[in-house]
Amino acid sequence: MKNEILPWLILFLPLFSAAAITLFTLRRKTVSSLISISAVVTGFVLTCLFLSANTFHPTVTETTVNWLTIGNLSIDFGLKLDALSLMMMLIVTGVGGAIHIYSYGYMHDDRSMARFFACMSLFTFSMLGIVLANNFVMMFIFWELVGVSSYLLIGFWFEKPSAGDAAKKAFITNRLGDFGFLLGILMVWSLLGSLNFGALNSIVTANSAALGCGATLAGLLIFCGAMGKSAQFPLHVWLPDAMEGPTPVSALIHAATMVAAGVYMLCRTFFLFEHSPEALHVIAYIGGFTALLAALMAIQQNDIKRIIAYSTLSQLGYMVMAVGLSGPTTAMFHLTTHAFFKALLFLSAGSVIIGMHHEQNIWQMGNLRKKMPLTFLTFFIGALALCGVPPFSGFYSKDAILALALEEKNYLLFGVALFVAALTTFYTFRLFFVVFFGQEKSKEASHAHESPLVITLPLVALAVLSVVGGFIGVTNFYGSQFGAKHASLTVMEQFTHPFHDVFPMACGIGAVVVGLFLAFKFYKNAATDPLPAKLGALARWMANRFYFDELYEATVIRFHDLLAQSSDWFDRWIIEGACIGLIRGGTDLSGRALRLVQTGNLQTYAFLFVFGVALLLYFVLVK
Amino acid sequence: MHIGLQHYLAVSMLLFCLGLLGVILRRNLLVIYMSLELMLNAANLALVSFSRFNNKLDGQVLVFFIITVAAAEVAVGLALIVALYRKRQSAHVEDLTSMKL
Amino acid sequence: MEAINNLISGGGVEDVLFNVFAALTLLCGVLVIANPFSRSPVTSAMFLVLTIISMSGLFVLLHAFFLAAVQILVYAGAVMVLFLFVIMLLDLKEEARRNIKFFWLIGGLVSVGSIFAIFIKSLTHNYFEEFASSSKLPSPKLEGDTVALGKLLFTQYTLPFEIVSVLLLVAMVGVILLSKKKLE
Repeated sequence: MKNEILPWLILFLPLFSAAAITLFTLRRKTVSSLISISAVVTGFVLTCLFLSANTFHPTVTETTVNWLTIGNLSIDFGLKLDALSLMMMLIVTGVGGAIHIYSYGYMHDDRSMARFFACMSLFTFSMLGIVLANNFVMMFIFWELVGVSSYLLIGFWFEKPSAGDAAKKAFITNRLGDFGFLLGILMVWSLLGSLNFGALNSIVTANSAALGCGATLAGLLIFCGAMGKSAQFPLHVWLPDAMEGPTPVSALIHAATMVAAGVYMLCRTFFLFEHSPEALHVIAYIGGFTALLAALMAIQQNDIKRIIAYSTLSQLGYMVMAVGLSGPTTAMFHLTTHAFFKALLFLSAGSVIIGMHHEQNIWQMGNLRKKMPLTFLTFFIGALALCGVPPFSGFYSKDAILALALEEKNYLLFGVALFVAALTTFYTFRLFFVVFFGQEKSKEASHAHESPLVITLPLVALAVLSVVGGFIGVTNFYGSQFGAKHASLTVMEQFTHPFHDVFPMACGIGAVVVGLFLAFKFYKNAATDPLPAKLGALARWMANRFYFDELYEATVIRFHDLLAQSSDWFDRWIIEGACIGLIRGGTDLSGRALRLVQTGNLQTYAFLFVFGVALLLYFVLVK
Repeated sequence: MHIGLQHYLAVSMLLFCLGLLGVILRRNLLVIYMSLELMLNAANLALVSFSRFNNKLDGQVLVFFIITVAAAEVAVGLALIVALYRKRQSAHVEDLTSMKL
Repeated sequence: MEAINNLISGGGVEDVLFNVFAALTLLCGVLVIANPFSRSPVTSAMFLVLTIISMSGLFVLLHAFFLAAVQILVYAGAVMVLFLFVIMLLDLKEEARRNIKFFWLIGGLVSVGSIFAIFIKSLTHNYFEEFASSSKLPSPKLEGDTVALGKLLFTQYTLPFEIVSVLLLVAMVGVILLSKKKLE
C-alpha cells in the first residue's frame, strides 16, 4: 500500500487537536472549534487521498511499531488497513466532520465550547484508534478511551445533575461489558497465544478447532464488550439516558460511531465466531430481542431525542442480529447507512430543538414544516431512510438483513425483524406527524425559526448520503473483506439488487406500508397521544421502558449496595482494624523499645561499633 | 632474636588497641581526637612494615596519602570542635547528647 | 646517612634500636590516653608528639626515610601545633577527674580486648607464617628513599595525588567557613 504514513497522520491529527485546544486555546472558542473541525476534515480528505492513491482496492496490510514485549507476548501498536477499517475511517471522519461543522453552529452560544471541541477531538482519535487497531490490546485501550470521552461528552453539561448521572451510568454500564471483553481477550490469548487479529485469523483458519470448547465462551465474553458499547439487552439502559448530552454528541457518539464500535468489533473478530454456532445464535437472538424491545419502548416516548435514541437501539439490534446470522457484510452495510441517516435524524432533531428554544417534548411542537422547511425536508429523508422506503439507503441494508434471515432459514428472527420494521415506521412517522404536521401545540412552536446555514449545510450533506448510501458500492467494499460470496456489482446492479429476491423485499415494503398507515391513522392532526387509552397497561409499560431501570434498581443495585457495605465493613474492621492495626501497633512498640538504645552518647555508639567490628573480624578471620 | 615483620605488627597492634581504648574511655573530645591519631599511626606503621617486608613501595605511598588525609581531617575536625565549643561551652562528650531523641 | 645505614644494618644494633623505639612508642601512647599525673590535654598532646617522633624512628629502621621525615614535619610539626593551638583557644581548664562508670570501663575493655585477641590469633595464624619465614631473610632489599617514592608518586599515583591536593584545598575552605563567627 502506498502512502502508509497517511493513516498515522489521520489517527493522530485529532489527538494533536485535542491537546492543542486543552493546552493553549481553552479560552478562545472560535480558534478551538476551527482547530478541531480542521483536524477532522483534514482527516477525511487524507482518507480519501489515501484511498484513491491505492486505487480503491485496498489490500490487507498492517503498519506496526513494536510497543512492548513481555516474554513471548509481543504487543504492537499497529494499524490494520483493509476494506473494513478504511470504510469505517471514511464514516468516522466524514460523518464526524459534518457533525463537527454542525456543532460549530449548535454550540455557538455555549460557554465551554472549547472544552466541547477538545472532547470531540479526543473522541474522534479514540474511535479511529478502535477502527485501525490491529490487535486486541490496542483495541481495548482505545475502547476504554472511547468510553472516557463519551463520559466526558455525555456529562458535558455537568452542572445538570441528570447529565452527570447519565454520564456515570453510561460509563459504569460500559465497564460491565468491558469486563467481559477483557476476560474474552485474555481467554483468546491463553488459548491461541496471540493477540494480533491477522495472526489469530490465520491460526483459526488453519485449525478450526484451535479454540476447542472454549470457542463459545470466548466468543460470548467478547460479545459482552459489544453488548456494552452497542447497548444490547441487558446493558441497553445507558443509551437513552445518554441523550442528556448535547445533540451533536448524540449524533456522533450515540448514533454514528461509538455505538457502532461494538458491531464493528464483532465484524473485525468475526473469524472467532465463525466456528461457534452457539455463540452466533446467542448473538442473533439478543440482537433480535433488543431490536423488538427498543422499538416497543420507542412507541410511547415523548422526548424527540429519546425516540431517536430508542430507534438507534433497535437498529443496533438489527446489526447485531445480522452478525449473529453470520452476515458481517450485511451488518456493516446497515451500520454504514445507519450512520448516515441516524446522524441526519439526530442533527435535524437538534435543529428542531434549536428552533424550539430547547424544548424537546414532541407534544409541544407541531406544524413545524412551514417554519423550518429545510429541516423538515432533511428529517423527512432521514425518516424515509430509517423506515426503509426504496430507494433510500435504509431500504437496501434492511432488505439485506431480511434476506439474510431468510437465507439462514431463521424464520423467527425474520418475523421479529419484519415486525420491528413495521414498528420502526410507526414510531418514526408518529414523531414525524406530531412534530411537523397538525396544529402548533405551544407558543414556541408558533415562533419557531429555521436554523442558520452552518447547521443546515451538514444536514443537506448527510441527507444526500442517506439517499444514495445504499447503492454507491458500500457492499462491494465490505464484501471484498468478508469472502467472495458478494460479487462486485455496478451501481445499477446494486440499485436493483433487492429485486432479485422479491419475497423479503415485498415483506419489508409491506411492513413499512402497515406502519405508515397506522401512524397516519392515529397521529395525523393528533393533539394528544391516543395510544394509552387504546393499549392501557401495555402503553404504560412501554412508556416506562418495561421498568428495566426499576428492575435493575431493585436487584443489581440493591445487591451491589449490600456488597459494598460488607466490603466496607471488612475493610474497616478486618483489614484496617486487625491487620493494619496489629502491624502498626507492633511497629510502634518495637520502635519505642529500640529507642532506648539511642542514648545520644558518642561513646556508646563507639563501643557498640567496636563490638560489631570485633564480631565481624571474628567471623572473617578466626572462624 | 631477629626483628621481623611480626614484631612491627605487634607494636602496631598494641598501639591501635591503645588508641581504641582511648576513644572509648576518654570523655574529652580533644583527647579522643588524639587517640584517633594514634590509631591512624598504628595503621601507618603496619603499612610501612608490610611494604618493607614485601619489597614493594606502594605501602609507603599509601602511608603518604594517609598522612595527608589525616592532616585535612584534623583541620576540619578541630574546626568543628571549636564551633561546637562556641555553641555549648563544653568539649565533653557527656554534655553533647542532643542526638538522643 | 652512610653511617646510620651501617649502624642500623649492623645486626645487633638494629634490634636494640627497635626495642627502644617500640617501648618508647607504646609507653608514650599509654601516657597519651591515660596519664596518672596530669589530666590536662596539653600533656596528652605533648606525649602524642613523643609517640610520633619515636614512631618515625621505627620508620627509619624500616628504611622509610622520607616518610620518617614527613611524619615529623607534618604530625609533630603541623598537626600537633594545630592541636595545641586549639587547646589554648578553647582555654580548657585542667578538668576534674570524673568517675569513669564501671560499666563503660568493662565494656570498653571487653570490646578492645576481643579485638586484641583476634589480632593475636591472626598474628600467630598459619597464613602469617609465610611472612614470618620471609622476614627471617637476612636483609630485605627495599630502600624507601625519596627518589623512588617520588617516581612512584608522580607516575603510577598521579591521579590520587592530585585528588588529595584538591582534598586539602577543600578542607582548607571548609575550615575557614566553619571557624567564622556566624555562617551567612
